[in-house]
Amino acid sequence: MNILTLVRQVPDAEARVKINQQTVDLDGTTLVVDGMDEYGVEEALRLRESGAGVEQIIALAIGPKRNEDALRTALAMGVDRAIHVETDEHFDAVTLSKVVAQVAQSENVGLILVGGQEADWDSQALGAASAERLSWPQLTWTNELKLDGDTLTGRHDVDDGNESFRVTLPAVVTTQQGLNEPRYPTLPNIMKAKKKELRKDDAAAYGLQARVRTVGAEIQTRARRNTMIDGKDPQAAAAQLLELLRSEAKVLA
Amino acid sequence: MILIVAEHTAGKLGKATLEMVSAARDSGREGPITVLVLGQNVASVATEAAAVADQVLVADLPGLATYNAETWAAAAAQIAQEGEAHTIIMGGSRSGREYAPRVAVKLDAPYLEDVTSLKGNGAALQGQRYTYLARVTETVEAEGPVVVVTVKPGSFAAAAPAGAAGEQYDVELNLPAPRVEITGKSVEKSSRVALAEADLIVTGGRGVGSPENFTKYVEGLADALGAGVGATRAVVDAGWRPYAEQVGQTGKTVQPGAYIALGVSGAVQHLSGMGKSKNIIAINKDAEAPIFKVADYGIVGDINEIVPALIEASKK
Repeated sequence: MNILTLVRQVPDAEARVKINQQTVDLDGTTLVVDGMDEYGVEEALRLRESGAGVEQIIALAIGPKRNEDALRTALAMGVDRAIHVETDEHFDAVTLSKVVAQVAQSENVGLILVGGQEADWDSQALGAASAERLSWPQLTWTNELKLDGDTLTGRHDVDDGNESFRVTLPAVVTTQQGLNEPRYPTLPNIMKAKKKELRKDDAAAYGLQARVRTVGAEIQTRARRNTMIDGKDPQAAAAQLLELLRSEAKVLA
Repeated sequence: MILIVAEHTAGKLGKATLEMVSAARDSGREGPITVLVLGQNVASVATEAAAVADQVLVADLPGLATYNAETWAAAAAQIAQEGEAHTIIMGGSRSGREYAPRVAVKLDAPYLEDVTSLKGNGAALQGQRYTYLARVTETVEAEGPVVVVTVKPGSFAAAAPAGAAGEQYDVELNLPAPRVEITGKSVEKSSRVALAEADLIVTGGRGVGSPENFTKYVEGLADALGAGVGATRAVVDAGWRPYAEQVGQTGKTVQPGAYIALGVSGAVQHLSGMGKSKNIIAINKDAEAPIFKVADYGIVGDINEIVPALIEASKK
């Protein structure tokens, strides 16, 4: 059984995001492997290290040429090989799930790991849509995983708390903070990663057609009052804040 | 028709459902607004839904006693097809955003995820959504005979009852057997108002100092003001508070009338979860904390002194 782990390359959380002609312009922005995807890469490695019958771990990225960097990072962390479906076109998650499903089928994948909500498109749809295309079950927002044969057990967050689960592979799992602590690639592993296979696929081969158009983008910040209250006299500061919340902001009765 | 899949808990219709009805009314799409209620023993939910909808479809079945992504997706897609729905609206909750993509794939429909607005634009349906950790507002649109939408909680006003109550109909469903076995469940109960529903939230960060201080100051102030309690990722990672209280990229997204941040520095990931609050109040001893940049009211000072004074003053 092979594990497929998805990586997206996203702006660093502290990087400034700019808009150019109604679209987000990432030129000159510091880009990193999405943190939630990194938990997926790490978890794939840990499942194999725990003795589960994992043959190969394959990283997949879909997007512009620069995504090679994200795949190199995954290879340096320890995945065996990478596939880059290169495209400059902007596709929505449900459309991209077609690529994920086709790759999963052709690569004999039994488990797909993908970040719960990546820091670029703020979408949670890729895992679920991929699962539906494959007719597989899915577990979202997992924070604990164990693989024994083809039985996957673990824990995940739901609307009102969390659940323990058991499912038989194949399945799709979305990952998040708390699942593990991703390892840093070591220099020897970075060197080794350069020799690992990074296959390039033509996006056209996957029959993609974008279904959601982005027609505008803006950085919208609400104008804030920025009223500062002197905290040196706690009683006076407290009284003044409550008064402002009542009379000006009108959020307290 | 416009099909809305109701969100409900413990026999009560969720506020999210009323917000979805408003989104449906805003959308300018034609046809009756239909609410689908999935669950078991949901008669009271259906009655509440009937007050705001043109019609209510009720699937009251043992197989729907607990939520499951595959079952819910199958149910919504079946009803959408049978009722020839052109717009299917689900909640932007964790579960809603988990099964809605499956509905979109089943119906071969485009999916507008987690929108904060919804309107017709010629043949297309257009919405806005936050991206890049909620730093960017994108306008997205899709067209097609069928469009699937999830609506971000708190973005639309709760719909008021419209004239006569809608008719209720029972529906039959052909449900798949769930493949995920739930072996345990831990519900994070709180005597306080749930974060998603709270109009006032008090959140504590690392600057609060300790779990004991969190109880004393964050919970203390929340109780004094009748507010919900939130926590930052750092506080949850440190084990001071349960994950259910976490606000931010990996936690809950909230937009209350007032968000009071105690000892919160204001990392981008946290701002992405609360930056749309109508009023932000920050109390932190570090005058350089980024949270002050987005605050409406800020106090640079010691939590240990200011919060007890606030609790005292709010009782007057």
